Formats: sequence, structure tokens, C-alpha cells
Amino acid sequence: MTEIAMPQIGRAGPKAQARGRAIQRFSWNDNFFRLLTQAAALAVLLILGGVIGSLIKGSIPAFQAFGFGFFTTQIWNPVTEKFGALAPIYGTVVTSAIAMAIAVPLGMGIAVFLTELCPPALRRPIGTAIELLAGIPSIIYGIWGLFVFAPFLQTYLQPFVIEIFSNVPVLNSLFAGPPYGIGILTASLILAIMVVPFVASVSRDVFETVPPMLKESAYGVGCTTWEVVWNIVIPYTRVGVIGGVMLGLGRALGETMAVTFVIGNAHKISGSLLAPGTTISASIANEFTEAVGDLYTSSLIALGLILFMITFIVLAIARIMLMRLELQAGR
Amino acid sequence: MSSNSASARYSARHRRSAIWMSLSVAAAAIGLIGLFMILVVLLWKGVGGLSVAVFTENTPPPGSAGGLLNAIIGSLIMTVIGVAVGTPLGMLAGTYLAEYGKYSRLAFVVRFINDILLSAPSIVIGLFIYEVVVAPMGHFSAIAGALALAVLVVPVVVRTTEDMLNLVPNTLREAGAALGMPRSMVIQRIGYRAVRAGLITGVLLAIARVSGETAPLLFTALNNQFFSTNLLAPMSSLPAVIFQFALSPYEDWQQLAWTGALIVTLAVLALSIAARALTATAQQK
Repeated sequence: MTEIAMPQIGRAGPKAQARGRAIQRFSWNDNFFRLLTQAAALAVLLILGGVIGSLIKGSIPAFQAFGFGFFTTQIWNPVTEKFGALAPIYGTVVTSAIAMAIAVPLGMGIAVFLTELCPPALRRPIGTAIELLAGIPSIIYGIWGLFVFAPFLQTYLQPFVIEIFSNVPVLNSLFAGPPYGIGILTASLILAIMVVPFVASVSRDVFETVPPMLKESAYGVGCTTWEVVWNIVIPYTRVGVIGGVMLGLGRALGETMAVTFVIGNAHKISGSLLAPGTTISASIANEFTEAVGDLYTSSLIALGLILFMITFIVLAIARIMLMRLELQAGR
Repeated sequence: MSSNSASARYSARHRRSAIWMSLSVAAAAIGLIGLFMILVVLLWKGVGGLSVAVFTENTPPPGSAGGLLNAIIGSLIMTVIGVAVGTPLGMLAGTYLAEYGKYSRLAFVVRFINDILLSAPSIVIGLFIYEVVVAPMGHFSAIAGALALAVLVVPVVVRTTEDMLNLVPNTLREAGAALGMPRSMVIQRIGYRAVRAGLITGVLLAIARVSGETAPLLFTALNNQFFSTNLLAPMSSLPAVIFQFALSPYEDWQQLAWTGALIVTLAVLALSIAARALTATAQQK
């Protein structure tokens, strides 16, 4: 059968042959494009693999020299080449924690205002303004912090705080020492200002996923606005809000420029929040280009690896929580 | 009596609600006023230093007048190369996620990793490029800076491309297939065209994201006091100059830092607003 059919097609003339070639070309192009997109998708994985691999490779000398002690000592001495990561890790964790403690209530307050209280005409402009502010480069917050915010804190807020807490136990050591202006607290406050728009816009987005019918039913049985927010909106969006907060935390942990300007870059753990300190990212930004010697460079790369691991875990948890919310919304 | 206590409870609940809601309004007021204060201060301090010289002269040595020309050009060159490298890669990967591998295991993993790269600390990306480009080359270079920016562009473009292609109605794809178009042609001639505005938005957002990035440039492109277009040599950039000049003790340098900060902010805001306007008009159609 085929033997008879084949010559017939062959004899069908140049038109059919051209058609066959065109189809051939199509299918070749088609496969090429599909493989190209697949390669690009794999390249994204390759970037992540490259980041992790190069950081591990770069930090091997530091871990070989200091072992686990790298995590538990706060000595940072380029002259004797003794390095420990405790002070930057402490600074990163403390500044981010304080920043989140301020930014989360503030950001969620703004989100509640935007979804429940704001006159509809203002909703879009204010929401857009907040989203635009979330996109402003961090160096802008840094330069503002250095020239405007830190002098303000130094002249007005810090002497006042030192004064009123001077006789209160615990608090007097937390807010002790001369008012430098720059330091852990200033960095935390700048971080908080940066994270607020982020938390606010994510929270607003998840608050808007609450089905209007649920809220209307609650209002229908006589709930006040606060009761609707507390008993309906927040429980319904809990997972998404936590996911958004974790995303903000990821941003705060890795934030570099805003913090570098105002933290003071002191490799020292101080009991006082007013004292200068350092964070992982600020140490790298300040010292990397000046680092002489393989061990110094390697220690800074090891800091980078620690930072990447911390943020990776935080961001992964955030994504998993937001994904669960999407599944819930899709149901 | 009982109705009295019920109404007392009712007004107590209302008071409670009013207190919390006024706290929420206060939060919004504090947040918005605080953020706008930053912009006002920036405008105030930055506009004072704006002049023609800023755009026509190079960064000066301390104590003399000058401009930001080399920094502006450097930022433009590195951003353009970074976007030119990152965008095709991001668009292809986004196409795979939306069109070919939608429900595959690979797509799931790539989506997850991409979302993490999207918010990974940019300074770590700088370290990565230092390790794979700067260290083997033996010196800092503009091309390393541009590659660091490209790594930051990719996740943004992947995300927007996927989201946009997901908006293309399946009936359009089926119509293309019914005409005998192969799949790649359906994607290129129908999918991309249907969401062109969205794809451009993604690129604009990516440019906005990288044009203010400082941390990844500090130890890839470093900085350069002089005018340079050599891709293999260190290159100046606006954010790096802002960083250096702001922390210096010289007044004219600090003024230039403020002016540079104003230029960066206005550029970023203009890009974000353009991106928004584009999606708004595309949705109206």
C-alpha cells in the first residue's frame, strides 16, 4: 500500500514538495523554540545554583580557618586576620526585628484604612502612592537617614530617651550612652520606614481577597468595623498576611544601602541600642573593596553566604504561605 | 433594664471600634506623611544643586565644582546592557512557565526559585558576580556591573511575562492552532502581540528596579572618577557616586550626592508611572 502511495506523492509536483518542506521547517522551528524556552527556564535554576556554589567556594578558606567558631566569636580584626560573624549576625537580626515590630502594625493599619475606611475616591491614589514609594531605591532612604534623620534623633529624640529611662532598670542599659545619632536604633527605624509601604501594599492586596459576602454578612448581624476586621478579615487572610510580613522581613534582612549609611560599622555587640553596630550586608558593602588578603575576603563572602541562607529560608517560608493562600482562593 | 445593659454593651463595642479605627487612620497618616516628608526633603535639597553643569561636567575632585555626567552615562550604559542581557532570558523562561511547562515539575521549581531570586539580597548577587567574573578577570569592570544588573532583571521579567501570557485567552491560541499554526508561532505571533503592553511594562519595571541598585555595583563596576566608556574598565554609576559623595566630608560632594539622589528618584518614579499608565490603557482596550 505504502509502496504504491509513495511515488504518487512524489509525483504530486513541486507544490506538495514545498508544502512538505514548509511543514518540516515549522516543526524544526517549533522544537527549537520549545527547547530554547526550556533552556532559559533551566538558566534561572542555574543562576541560583551559581550563587550558592560561588558563595560556598569563596567561603571555604574562612570556614577552614575558623570552623564553627566563625559563628560564635565577635572578634573582627583585619590586622591579625581573626574574624568572627557574631556581631554582624546580631546586628542583622536585631535591626530587622525592631524594624518589623514597628512596620507590621503600621503597615497593617494603613491596609485596614485603605480597605475599610478610606473614601473610595481616595483609595486608588493613596494605594498607588504607597506602591510607588515601595519602589524607591534604598540609597535614597540611606542619604535621607544620614543627613536628616540621624541628626534629628541625635539632637532631639535620643537625649530625651536617655534622660527619661536613666533610672529605669533594663531600659537604661538598652538606651545608654552618648547620643551618636547613628547606630542600631537609627538603622532599625530607617528599615521600618522602608518596609512599611511593602507590608501595607501586600496586606491590602490580601485583605481584598476576602469575599464581600462574608464581610456583608458580618455587618448584617450587627458587627462593628473593628469586629469585622478582627473576626473576619484577619482570620480569613492570616496565611497571606504572614507571608507578606515574611517577604518584608526578607527585604529588611538583606537591605544594604539604607543601613550602611547609618549603622556606624562597628564590629561590636553592645547592650545599648543607641551604640553603633553593623549588619552582614553593611559589613560587606563597607569593607569588601578594601579587604586585603584571601582570608579577609573569604570571611566577607562567608558572611554573604550566611545572609543568603537566612533570607532563602525566610523567603521560602513566605512563598509557601502565599501559595497556600492562592490555592485557598482558587477553591 | 436588660435593654439598657444591651445598649450599653452596644455603645461600648462602638467605642472600641472607633478607637481601633482611629488608630488605623493615625497609622495611615503617620506613614503617608513620613514617606512624603522624605520626598519633600529630597526635592528641597536636590533642586538646589540642579544646573546645566550637572549634566555636562564630570565628577569633580573635592573642593571644586563639577557635575555628574560620567556617572549618568555609566548608569545608562550598564542599565542598557543589563536589561539587554536579562530581558530575552527572562522572557523565554517566562514563556516556558506559561506556555510549555505550565504544570510540569520543572516549572513549579523554577517558579519557586524565581520568586526567591526576586527578593534575594542584591548585595549577594554582587558577591556572586565578583566570584565568577571579577575574580577570574583580575579587575573590576563595567561588564561585570552590567551582568550583576542582568541577574536582577531576569526574575522581574520572568514573573511579568508569565503573568501576562496567562492573561491570553485560550480561545485565541485555539484559533491560531486551527489555522494550522505551529505552537511556537502561536506564541510569538499571537501571545506576545496580545500582551505587548504588559511585556513592555515588565521591562520598564525591571529598569526601575535596577537603576537605583547600588550594592551589586560596589564591587563589580566599582567606580570611576573620570569619563569612561570602556566596558572592561571600572565605570562610574549614579548610585555609587551618591554613596561615595554622601559619606565624604566635602560640602560640594554632598550637594552633588543630593542632586544625584533626586535624579535617580525622579527616573525611577517616571518609569514606574509610565509602566502603570501603560497597563491602565492596555486594560481599557
